[in-house]
Amino acid sequence: MTERASEPAAGRGPRSSWPLYEVFVRGKRGLNHVHVGSLHAPDDEMALRNARDLYTRRNEGVSIWVVPAAAITASSPDEKDPFFAPSGDKVYRHPTFYAIPEDVPHL
Amino acid sequence: MELEHEFERVVAADHRVEPRDWMPDGYRRTLIRQIAQHAHSEIIGMQPEGNWISRAPSLRRKAILLAKVQDEAGHGLYLYAAAETLGADREDLTAKLVEGRQKYSSIFNYPTLTFADVGVIGWLVDGAAIVNQVPLCRTSYGPYARAMIRVCKEESFHQRQGYELLLTMMRGTQAQRDMVQRSVDRWWWPSLMMFGPPDTESTNTEQSMKWRIKRHTNDELRQKFVDMTVPQAEKLGVTLPDPDLRWNAERGHHDFGEIDWAEFWQVVGGDGPCNAQRIAHRRKAHEDGAWVREAAAAYAAKKSGEEQVA
Ligand SMILES: [Fe+2]
Ligand SMILES: [Fe+2]
Repeated sequence: MTERASEPAAGRGPRSSWPLYEVFVRGKRGLNHVHVGSLHAPDDEMALRNARDLYTRRNEGVSIWVVPAAAITASSPDEKDPFFAPSGDKVYRHPTFYAIPEDVPHL
Repeated sequence: MELEHEFERVVAADHRVEPRDWMPDGYRRTLIRQIAQHAHSEIIGMQPEGNWISRAPSLRRKAILLAKVQDEAGHGLYLYAAAETLGADREDLTAKLVEGRQKYSSIFNYPTLTFADVGVIGWLVDGAAIVNQVPLCRTSYGPYARAMIRVCKEESFHQRQGYELLLTMMRGTQAQRDMVQRSVDRWWWPSLMMFGPPDTESTNTEQSMKWRIKRHTNDELRQKFVDMTVPQAEKLGVTLPDPDLRWNAERGHHDFGEIDWAEFWQVVGGDGPCNAQRIAHRRKAHEDGAWVREAAAAYAAKKSGEEQVA
């Protein structure tokens, strides 16, 4: 259902004839598309129709993206620490890093 | 060992294990087996109720029943997708089901003899499923937990439509009330069996609890279901078919009679009223659909070929 990109084992066994798609739904206008799950379909168009039937039976969305799972490149959990390390020591990127006197308005 | 330590830390902290994380082989195997069995149950579970779609007594009931059965197909698909994140192959899971190499919930091996069964299944069978599934929304494997959250949101409709159906029949004729009571008589004990063997005989529970796949034991969940259901039965005006069922003030729970575990094991072992029929039907549906799958794949291949030429 998620983070399967570049994992050849998952859903790509020799007997799986239809490719795997990841499904993203925009819940309502103004929100981002969010990953909701996955499905198999023969092509993009059928993936979209199947996604509508499977993931929006109760008005859960106003827009759907389907993406072939094979087209997703994901970061690896093994290198999670070094990969995200560059942001770890940059406390000055957060507003709370800066001491401002309490009587300065609107800041 | 460092990987195993990290896995244990994530589980102990009640964080979720995600598909690409390292996990012990046993954890992966247990999850694939449990999720596949769960998915198969949703898919086979369409049959007993599907039996009544064409004979529903009104258009309203037919539309409701269609929507419910369609939901169960959806639940199966969410769960198959979750199993695939662990490396399971969908085609392989389907093959294991139709070849009888993987199990599904025994409850669906009982027949639906009257339309009251549609109501009782919604009330008791979906009710028991909810008790089982709500704690699974916090299970340690992320994709399984997320699938269960979707499922639980939809189950509430299933249980309520069933109870409402029964309320309507109980306000009808004496024959209808009798039909409801007989249906409750048939489904009550199998519903209690849905929680699986007693804790003393459940081989997988301890390890599953340690991995936080499971959150409560079979007997705890069964007790919870009984306590929830007794007042609902009273309101409905039906009798639960158990002479030993009574409130135990000391325990703060209902006591109930001994479950016929011989029957349970017999049905699990393949010898229930409808086991063969359910599998034969699933196999036929799968085989009858082969040409559709092949045609769609051929069309997709042809189209992508044209695009590449163009
Ligand atoms: Fe379900
Ligand atoms: Fe259900």
